[in-house]
Amino acid sequence: MNDTLLKTIFGRLTLESLPLHEPIVVATFAMVAIGGAGLVAALTYFKVWGYLWNQWFTSVDHKKIGIMYIILAIVMLLRGFSDAIMMRAQQAMAFNGSEGYLTAHHYDQVFTAHGVIMIFFVAMPLVTGLMNYVVPLQIGARDVSFPFLNNFSFWMTAAGAVIVMMSLFIGEFARTGWLAMPPLSGLAYSPDVGVDYYIWALQIAGIGTLLSGVNLVATIVKMRAPGMTMMKMPIFTWTSLCTNILIVAAFPVLTAVLAMLSLDRYIGTAFFTNDSGGNPMMYVNLIWIWGHPEVYILVLPAFGIFSEVTSTFSGKRLFGYSSMVYATLVITILAYLVWLHHFFTMGSGASVNSFFGITTMIISIPTGAKIFNWLFTMYKGRIRFELPMMWTIAFMVTFTIGGMTGVLLAVPPADFVLHNSLFLVAHFHNVIIGGTLFGMFAGINYWFPKAFGFKLNETWGKISFWCWVVGFYFAFMPLYVLGLMGVTRRMRYFDDPNLQIWFVIAAFGAALIAAGIGAFLMQIFVSIRNREKLADLTGDPWNGRTLEWATSSPPPEYNFAFTPIVHDLDAWYDMKERKAVRPVSGFKSIHMPSGTGTGVVLAGLSVAFGFAMIWYVWWLAGLALAGIFGTTIFHTFNYKRDYHIPVEDVIASEDARTRQLAIQGA
Amino acid sequence: MTVVTQLSRTKISARKWLVAMPLALLTSGCDWVVMSPAGDIAVQQRDLVLIATGLMLLIIVPVIFLTLFFAFRYRQANTAAKYEPNWDHSVGLELLIWGVPLLIIIALGALTWTSTHLLDPYRPLGRIKPDTPTLANNVPVGNLVDKQQLANGVGKPLEVQVVALDWKWLFIYPEYGIATVNELAAPVDRPIRFQMTSSSVMNAFYIPALAGMIYTMPGMQTTLNAVINKPGNYEGFSSNYSGAGFSGMRFRFHGVSDAGFDAWINQVKQRGGGLNRASYLQLEKPSEKVPVRYYNAVAPDMFKLVVEQCVQPGKVCMSQMMHGGKGGGDSHAGMAMPGVNGGKGPQASSERVEGALLKDADEKGSGQHWTAPADIKQDGANNAPGSVSNRNHTMLMPKKNGLSPSTMPGTRPVANG
Repeated sequence: MNDTLLKTIFGRLTLESLPLHEPIVVATFAMVAIGGAGLVAALTYFKVWGYLWNQWFTSVDHKKIGIMYIILAIVMLLRGFSDAIMMRAQQAMAFNGSEGYLTAHHYDQVFTAHGVIMIFFVAMPLVTGLMNYVVPLQIGARDVSFPFLNNFSFWMTAAGAVIVMMSLFIGEFARTGWLAMPPLSGLAYSPDVGVDYYIWALQIAGIGTLLSGVNLVATIVKMRAPGMTMMKMPIFTWTSLCTNILIVAAFPVLTAVLAMLSLDRYIGTAFFTNDSGGNPMMYVNLIWIWGHPEVYILVLPAFGIFSEVTSTFSGKRLFGYSSMVYATLVITILAYLVWLHHFFTMGSGASVNSFFGITTMIISIPTGAKIFNWLFTMYKGRIRFELPMMWTIAFMVTFTIGGMTGVLLAVPPADFVLHNSLFLVAHFHNVIIGGTLFGMFAGINYWFPKAFGFKLNETWGKISFWCWVVGFYFAFMPLYVLGLMGVTRRMRYFDDPNLQIWFVIAAFGAALIAAGIGAFLMQIFVSIRNREKLADLTGDPWNGRTLEWATSSPPPEYNFAFTPIVHDLDAWYDMKERKAVRPVSGFKSIHMPSGTGTGVVLAGLSVAFGFAMIWYVWWLAGLALAGIFGTTIFHTFNYKRDYHIPVEDVIASEDARTRQLAIQGA
Repeated sequence: MTVVTQLSRTKISARKWLVAMPLALLTSGCDWVVMSPAGDIAVQQRDLVLIATGLMLLIIVPVIFLTLFFAFRYRQANTAAKYEPNWDHSVGLELLIWGVPLLIIIALGALTWTSTHLLDPYRPLGRIKPDTPTLANNVPVGNLVDKQQLANGVGKPLEVQVVALDWKWLFIYPEYGIATVNELAAPVDRPIRFQMTSSSVMNAFYIPALAGMIYTMPGMQTTLNAVINKPGNYEGFSSNYSGAGFSGMRFRFHGVSDAGFDAWINQVKQRGGGLNRASYLQLEKPSEKVPVRYYNAVAPDMFKLVVEQCVQPGKVCMSQMMHGGKGGGDSHAGMAMPGVNGGKGPQASSERVEGALLKDADEKGSGQHWTAPADIKQDGANNAPGSVSNRNHTMLMPKKNGLSPSTMPGTRPVANG
């Protein structure tokens, strides 16, 4: 075949795009392929494909979707963390003339992929997953407002993750840093497929994130149980509402800025090019107008979790509920007024820099108020140091330090010496790990028994906790020091041998964190094995306060047989106080949405479309796009969207629960 | 650190490590350059870091202490502690937890406003070192500044034009008509004014001992005013990731006496060649870890041509494309954002990169797999600008015999390449 025909069929995909000449990647690929084939074979052998497809992949149940999000996040955490270990190892050994073990091409991809994966495919799915699982239960709803959209959102996020993972074996990932700043990410300086992988992974996953944001805003605004006024909403629901408002308002900016970058790359426009009137700094502005709210998108739900956990495990009402709500709202609004603090060094005028510096500092006031509220929730409480509470205490100490360094970075002249330094890297890991990730671990340990009906093993949980917390301090405190020694980020090798010791300590910290991740996986494994012993039949293992603890664990797919009526903040605690009696009669059949495979199909087609665009396979891109539109239109003619759970089934499952509770009570 | 290198070479016991670690940490303590800089601007920035940290510790320390204290005091086992499950509100406490942080932020905000203006990189220096009296407060910006500074006895600042190239630094001294690559020198206690830009992608100009970093951006110009107070040989580098050769984009900055500076200028003048458009275009090409180079003569307006992206003969300069510039008086005018500060707008380009969709099938090239483990010998970086064995970075590199950049020899050892 001649070259033109080949290029027409395969675009720029050639044999050189495959890592055939790179033994380590081939070995990795072989392992993944063998592992994957083994998994597929096992699933086929045990005939679970049908179960997975019917009960999970096509399910529109918010609980199952929430769990799938979290599984996706844990899988991607392993990938993102491998990148982290590679970086730490490279920086710990690249001294005294050695350039370490990674080439520039490889190392630059590694730090880009680490950032992209950790933010978009670990932190975001964790946050979205927990919100998806918990919010409808907390507000006494049967599902989210748009159940199919929810399933579609998940699969689009997964599709983005698939595209990122593909770049490991076919072609390369971006070598630009996690925000792909032009002109470096423009066609002139990054002609290869890496940036295209970046763009399409984020665009496709972004659709999922945006739609799930719309969905949860609608759910929280429209589907609260009767009596649950805004000021009686659980704090986690409040922070979820604010997070999703941020998502709805911020993600379109990311979509637009990436669309402009792709127009530059695909049809030769000049939004962000050096010449023809393009302006790369416009990209920097736009991406941070999304990027800063993104920070709060990640951390607000964690704040919500800590509020629930502190109150539950202190056995006390949350101190200063309304001040907590207003603090959240203030943070939501201010999140849009601070983006320029990410690039004070661009050389804007002093007044512009001061404005953004001061708005940034103002955010620390409501954030500080929140910390104090948790503090005074603990005050005069009876604190049970279960795992979620341990994560919360670790968070309060760690996050406070991260917050302080953050405010320091908000002083523009101080930022001039700390910007882009390892001090900055330490700061944002300090708040993302110490804030979001600790929060997610608190949340997972807290709500796991709700989702599966048994608690997580405490021993392995504690091992994981201590490895993570101690590992975090070992890994990132040296980076603060290195930042003060004038060391900046994304360096592949160093001249000054005095620095090495600090990188060795940081690498040791990373190894501890690896142990923490291992212990976490072990915790899940051991808990599943001992699920009988760890079982919780009450549905309320922690003496909870909010509505999700009123149902059985795991909850029936309809969540609540009767919509609960809310009289007070901490509705479930209120019911327990008043000795509310469980309804045992008068059940009706329940109207539920039915599952659909359309989400999976659309996401699959989107992967094909993204892949085709990345590799310039125009015919496939056209075909996939037509397929996406076709499937969408076809889906609108699907009238089998709902079904009724027969009243007998409802009675059966509710009676079983009544009996179970009676045994517990006896 | 000799301790460390020895340790890494020999097999060592855990006990030795325990002894070596604190030692190593202590001895490296003097290297905290951000905390002990040698230039007055960096000193003031350091002071600001310390003051701001101190202000915040006023609230951070009690919070951390209270967290641990409450966690201990109100543990479940301690039944002696008060338990009030329904206590959830206190106006006094609420005032305190919003009020105290507010007061601290007001203090910090005021500090931020004044220090940001005083340490604005565009602002001519008000003083040369900590013990000199503060001069020329509220100096107007623009052309008046130099006269005013002369009147104040500060001396005319040393002008240095900085160009960030892939992956080295070009410094032009217009006053002396010389230029250097990867070496910078300035007399101690004389104000320096850096005018900065970039040839291809964003970088940041950073000499930790001298002053904070400022971006260098293609098609735009930024300014940094600074002064070095102690003689010495300092490290400078790019602190904003700019591609494959970024880690080696380092230079030395020499703080020297007036006599030493004259000697250095003479040395450059004697050893250097000329820098004209052609040699600039050669220099501009990607190269890594480039040794120091000197140029004893620089074509006039070289820096202006670089900023306006028209070094290449035939390219139209940005200022000639648009005539929206206000000109004069505005120290930020150099920041050529279209429509901002009299910035410059679009220009035509002779070598636009064609969008992917507009390409013919055989122009698509091949997307390579780049993630091979390191083999430095084969990695292809070269420190001679313009060598074909430099790492592929741009599509704008000359195409030889129709080869696409990614099949250029030495870019990557590929199976059939």
